[in-house]
Amino acid sequence: MSVSTPADGLAVELIGITKRFPGVVANYDVGLKVRPGTIHAIVGENGAGKSTLMKTLYGMHQPDEGRIVVNGEQVSFRSPTDAIEVGIGMVHQHFKLADNLTILENIILGDEPVGGRGRIKFDEARTRITELAATLGVDFDPDTMVGELGVGQRQRVEILKVLYRGANVLILDEPTAVLVPQEVEELFATLKRLVAEGRTVIFISHKLDEVLTYCDEITVIRQGTTVGETTPSQIDRRGLAEMMVGSDLPNPSGRTTSVGSHVVLNASHLDVAGKVAGAKLALEDVSVVVHDAEIVGIAGVEGNGQFELCEAILGLVPLERGTVEIDGVDRTDDETKDRLTSGLSYIPFDRHREGLLLDSPLWENTLLGREHEKSLTSGPFIVRRKIEADSRSIIERFGVRTPSEQVPAFALSGGNQQKLVVGREMATEPKVLLAAHPTRGVDVGAQAAIWDELRQARDNGLGVLLISADLEELIGLSDRILVMFDGRVTAELNPREVTPELLGSYMTGAVQGAGR
Amino acid sequence: MKSARLQRAAVTAVSSLLAVGVALVISAIILLVTGKDPVKAFSTLFGAAGEPKVLQGMANRATPLMISAAAVAIGFKMNLFNIGVEGQMRVALLTTAVLGAAVELPPVLHVTFLFIVAMASGAIWSGIAGWLKVKRGVNEVISTIMLNFIALALVAWAFDDFFRVESSTQSLLVKTKDLPKSAWMPDIVDRRLNGMLFIAILVLIVFWVLIWKTKFGFRLRSSGGNAGAARATGVNPKKMIFISMLISGALAGLVGMRALMGDVHAYQNNLAEQQGFNGIAVALLGRNHPLGIFFSAMLFGFLGEASGRLQLEDIPKEISTIMTGIIVLAVVIINEAVKRWDDRRIQRKAAADLDAAKSANEAVTA
Repeated sequence: MSVSTPADGLAVELIGITKRFPGVVANYDVGLKVRPGTIHAIVGENGAGKSTLMKTLYGMHQPDEGRIVVNGEQVSFRSPTDAIEVGIGMVHQHFKLADNLTILENIILGDEPVGGRGRIKFDEARTRITELAATLGVDFDPDTMVGELGVGQRQRVEILKVLYRGANVLILDEPTAVLVPQEVEELFATLKRLVAEGRTVIFISHKLDEVLTYCDEITVIRQGTTVGETTPSQIDRRGLAEMMVGSDLPNPSGRTTSVGSHVVLNASHLDVAGKVAGAKLALEDVSVVVHDAEIVGIAGVEGNGQFELCEAILGLVPLERGTVEIDGVDRTDDETKDRLTSGLSYIPFDRHREGLLLDSPLWENTLLGREHEKSLTSGPFIVRRKIEADSRSIIERFGVRTPSEQVPAFALSGGNQQKLVVGREMATEPKVLLAAHPTRGVDVGAQAAIWDELRQARDNGLGVLLISADLEELIGLSDRILVMFDGRVTAELNPREVTPELLGSYMTGAVQGAGR
Repeated sequence: MKSARLQRAAVTAVSSLLAVGVALVISAIILLVTGKDPVKAFSTLFGAAGEPKVLQGMANRATPLMISAAAVAIGFKMNLFNIGVEGQMRVALLTTAVLGAAVELPPVLHVTFLFIVAMASGAIWSGIAGWLKVKRGVNEVISTIMLNFIALALVAWAFDDFFRVESSTQSLLVKTKDLPKSAWMPDIVDRRLNGMLFIAILVLIVFWVLIWKTKFGFRLRSSGGNAGAARATGVNPKKMIFISMLISGALAGLVGMRALMGDVHAYQNNLAEQQGFNGIAVALLGRNHPLGIFFSAMLFGFLGEASGRLQLEDIPKEISTIMTGIIVLAVVIINEAVKRWDDRRIQRKAAADLDAAKSANEAVTA
């Protein structure tokens, strides 16, 4: 760096960063000021735009507008390599380590000190790593296999790896999500040592307690933009939760019709095993009831069992315990296909992974999952003419912007792809709809259209289980809100009475077990 | 909207032709380097296209390739890579030769019986790989390769130890017991073009209907296109894998039938050798589409048939094998490049169409 430390002395400054993806603005006019030698927290709900912002800072993509200033010098990154060059390193939420290599090998991987005749100078690397480990206050043998390490130790290896590459600014993306409480304390002890040496840590989190206990400064992001800066001494838990969720929650929409009395979905006492053997249950004693003409919202930070709940209702994962009734019939032992043909529909979490055949034309996409419908088939054959007509009617009814039903799905914008998926799932006239993030990543217009469709279908008797990270959506649409945390339903709330503070506390697990 | 489909088909065809063109250029360079005259070589090669004998031979050689390419393509449609067509074919060959010679049936019935035996034995062999994949998660590429080795050895051993019959007239030729005439597939042109060609074309038509026109085919294509989406819409992925592996193996069983029922009329070593492997290349060049498979099988058949002419001109006939290989490589590379370009073209066109519609609307409302 040729320029000396500027007068305002910021390690990293982001000015007016805007990042758009097709059909959606992920970051809008974001500003961030990080002073050197601090732990700077960036807090916000899932989907608030934290990760997008950090990817911009780490050079994983380029902002459409705005400037990045590091140590007083404006920079632009074409790739993470450029970011590493000016001393920015990132510790990812999901570790990128090779189990079958030693700690030493993992750390030098991709940046090996090479001597004459192409040999790796392991001794030199070992000395440097031992030094770095000593300054971090961690003690381990660099020749241990990474596969033998616990989660906390692996994270330390990741941090070492970033330091080894000469990082002065460390970005940690939700580092505590995978740690148990003692490990969290150890992590922060490590981070404190780092900042004491003059390095800077940017810490992404939605766990308010950690942020308030350990961080020096806080920037709050909501709906893609910065809503404020504060410090732990200036604000309390409640205040921070309000900033994060938004101090004025939307009003629940007044509805003229009333919730029905017929139970269309009754999932009762569901237990689902965790991903790995011996892990805790991914879903623990979860019961959900949806009536006709009712929208039940599921609030919660992503990864707290919402996905498993949908999979369990669909019959895509085996149940350890519990029953699933759809429209009054016990479907616990039925195959997914039979559940979907008996009144259940599903708007999946990720339209690209589970909702669309991207290379296929739209008419084939509207057929997906509906091959059993008599009006679209004739015996074992599909009837293209009828499917195309059906597809056109879905496109028209849901306002999918496309030249025709022959266009492959990848040619559509995200919002229009989502409208197509929503349209397809509603076209079967379901009794109960599992809607997972039905408006994620779509523009405002498409969002309003999808909301209207959901309301209208509800008024006509549809029962909806709405999973969303968008509180406006949850409160605006739901008749009841259940909060999921750690694989369990921890609260049932009335959207008309809910406060941001309360919702935030339940979602982040600060309060549990009440109201239910 | 027919025009959009035609456009896509045209893009596909042009990219395949481009690949063949590139292969010709590279082959010409190889010929030049080895000191041969490419113009003479190509004129000899393609000059043969005018001769009916060569064309008949081409269709005859293309016959098994069409079937084995269909066997491979049905796997590809589901993202399954069945490299075991060769082994499945070999198992079916011996089984069919032995069982076919052991029974006496009236002509049409006998042929039908042989087809059923061939398909069933091919399906049983591929079913092993399917079962391993579904039950134990064994990658089908590895299991089918291993099953090829096992099939080759197993068939060779069974043939040598149990089923071979020494011929009294030709002492060097060992074969199984000859099939009775009722089990022969008749020729179209005597000793040059066998009637199995019609069966191969029928296979391609059935393949087309099954994959593009039926519910089953749609589910198969969705599983191949996006396994996650297929699963979420209630398609049982394991069932689909197993069934498509069975169908693929059943078709593989038919690959050797032209050689068995239309030519040698008994099993012998090296019968129909390599035709299972060559199907992979034909399916790639034909883009897993029946029409594409038909033409690429014909091209492969032509190159094989016309290569004999090269030797007469003192040009190594291997040049046609080299060309075949280069064509396949060129197809894989060019197809990918053209697909990317075409995807962008479609995206841009969709956006442009929408903008045009929008401004037209605004003009109306204004």
